[in-house]
Parts: sequence; structure tokens; C-alpha cells
Amino acid sequence: MLAAGFYAALTALVPLAAGPEPERLALVAPGLAWIALVLASLLSLERLFERDLEDGALDLLALGGPPLEAVAAVKTKAQWLAVAAPLSLLAPIAAVALGADPGLAPVILLVALLGGLCFVAVGAVGAALAAGSRRGGLLIAVLVLPLLVPPVIFGAGAIQAADDGVPGGGLALLAAYTLAAAGLSPFATAAALRNAIS
Amino acid sequence: MIAALANPQRFMAVSRPLAPLLGGVSLVLFAVGLWLGFSAPEDYQQGDTVRIMFVHAPAATAGLVAYAALGAASFVGLVWRHALAEAAAKAAAPLGAAFTFLALVTGSLWGKPMWGTWWVWDARVTSVLVLFLLYLGYLALHAAIEDEQKAARAAAILALVGLVNLPIIRFSVDWWNTLHQPASVLRAGGPSMPSEFLTPLLLMMGAYLTAFGALWLVRIRSEVWRRRARRQAGAL
Repeated sequence: MLAAGFYAALTALVPLAAGPEPERLALVAPGLAWIALVLASLLSLERLFERDLEDGALDLLALGGPPLEAVAAVKTKAQWLAVAAPLSLLAPIAAVALGADPGLAPVILLVALLGGLCFVAVGAVGAALAAGSRRGGLLIAVLVLPLLVPPVIFGAGAIQAADDGVPGGGLALLAAYTLAAAGLSPFATAAALRNAIS
Repeated sequence: MIAALANPQRFMAVSRPLAPLLGGVSLVLFAVGLWLGFSAPEDYQQGDTVRIMFVHAPAATAGLVAYAALGAASFVGLVWRHALAEAAAKAAAPLGAAFTFLALVTGSLWGKPMWGTWWVWDARVTSVLVLFLLYLGYLALHAAIEDEQKAARAAAILALVGLVNLPIIRFSVDWWNTLHQPASVLRAGGPSMPSEFLTPLLLMMGAYLTAFGALWLVRIRSEVWRRRARRQAGAL
């Protein structure tokens, strides 16, 4: 909910900062909706593991039956469903409100859903690495944002290609990167968590 | 060879003469490379500014090589829990960041006369910038965790994630946009550069890489000494 509020507020600030002329806004609308999604999905990452680490829940999970990799995978998917998926529903609305072509809405929704999973998967690694350190939230952003360069590029490419009426674009590449990230991130996340609780 | 050097005592014994030796080789290469670089003829298009290449391109190479060294040391430190490898990883990061920063600054200085602007969002420039940001993330993470062991391991995981991502970032940024000239030294069919330029460029690359090696060894040595000093202080 909080992330959705942040996302809406960020969208509302765009015309105020860039000027309200519809032509200018329409040019940058899909890109801005996309970058706002990146920022909004970073917000709640800090709480993904930090609180479990503080109250000892993470120690119990590490002692319990399922391996920490499974715990990390489940927590990542839950974060996606709870935070990133609702944001993805907002993304096409925000883009169209800023003046993007309404015909682009399905593509933006698809890209936002895929990209959201990718942001959460990569973000979980950053959240686990930063768990237990000072200034966690800012640190996660510094760790994760450079790693998000490929999905941001592929997603923007996919939207751009749809805008130009060309099939394909970056959609397949975005899907491939997302699958790889979602598959590999639990292992790195679990390694980082073991380090944090050791 | 690496297994033999894994023994800290042997490493200290070998690196003690090796560091000044590499530094000396680097100084000689710098002297010869700069001399040849300044005596090279002017480029028919770029004029005198082509000489910036001799300090720019090797810095970018050294920045990348340093990340490879950082990744390799992190891997060894993470898998075998080797203290020396952790020290090596920690020592490589600021050097790599410095070389990458140097590449960005000299590139910007070269871009002003050649492209008419300090900065362009082209593929290679952007991927070097992202490399610099990866270094900053590594340094920030290492500094943010107080326990030295934990900090080293967390940073090593980040370095490996970054190492896996680096080729993908490179590819994605290339896919996104390209305006920069393509690679002209390492490519199929041999270098595309006349030898008056290629020789000083290769010499300068050797100079930068040996400088990195020498500084790296010195930093690893001082890190080992620092840990020993801390252990002694703890024992008292």
C-alpha cells in the first residue's frame, strides 16, 4: 500500500517537474512510469529480512527443515505478489495518465509484471547482503541499482518497440533475464543470509 | 603456483621483492610508452588529442582487469575461506574504482574536443560508468558492516553477483545504443591501428597493468600487516 502511494505521488510530481504540456509528457510517459516502478519496488526491500533478523525469526528459519534457499525463494515470491504485482497494475494507469498511448497499456502491464519479479529477485540479494548493517535502505539502493541496468534497458526497449509497432523488442530478453534472476537469486540470498546470522 | 602462494608467510616473502620489481617495470614502461606516445605523429582526423588515448584506454582495461581480480579473489575467499584471498579482494576494490574513475575522467576530457561534449550516453561510456557504480556498491557494503569477517563475505557475494552480471550489463548496454567506436585492439583480423599508435598503446597497457599489480601487492601486504597488528593488540 505504502509503495503504491509512493508510486502515485511520484507520478503526480512528474508533470509538476517536467511541465504540463501533453506532447512533452507523452514522449517520456512510458519511461517515467517504468523508472518510478524501479524506485517504488526498492522501497520495501529493507523490511524483507531486516525484521526477521532482529527478532530472531531468521535463526529459527535457518534451523528449521526447509533449506534457507527455499525460504529465500518463497519470501521473494511473496514480496512480488504483495508489493510488485499491485504496483504493476498501477504502471499502465500511471503511464496513460501521463499521456502515453492507451494501446500500450497491455504491454506496459506485462513488462511491469516481469520486471517487477526481476527487481524483487535481484533486490532480495541486496536486502540479504545489507541485513544487519547500518543505513540498510540506502545501502540496498546503491547495491541493487547498478545490477538493474539490464532489465531496465530490456523493459524500456520492449515498450519502445510496441510504441513503434515493431514486434519483439526486448520482451524476450527481459523474460530471459527475469527467469535467470529468479532462479539464481535464492542461492545468493541464502548465502548472504547465512553470513548475516553467523 | 597459486597454491604455493596461498601460504601467507610464503606470500609475504615472495611479494616483498616482487612489488618494487613490478613497480620498477611499470615506471620504465610508463617512461617509454609516454615518450613514444608523445613522439607519435598526429592523427589525420583527431590531431594532437589522439594522445589522450594512451592514458585513457589502458585505464579502462585496468579497471576491468581489477574487477576480474576482485571476482577471482572473492571466489577463492568465499569457497576456501582463505584470509589472504579476502585481503586481496579488499585491496583490489579501491584500485579498480580509481582506474575506472580515471578512465571516465580522461574519456570525458577526450570527448570534449572530439565529440563536442563532455558526456554522451553511448554504450561503452555507460557500461564503464556502471562498472564504477558496482565498485562503489562493493566499497559501501564493505564499509557498512562492522564485523570484518562478515563484511568480507558479504562483499565477496556481491562481487560474484556483479561478475556474473557484468557481461550481461555490457551486452544490454550495447543492445541499447552504440555510438562509440568499436574495439580496435582485440578483434578478429588483427588490430586496425597503425603500429606508431599501437606500440605506445600496448606499452601503456603494460605500464598500467604492472602498476596495478605493484599497488595491489603493496595493499595486500599492508592489509596482512594491519590484521597481524590488530591480532597482537587483541592478545595484549
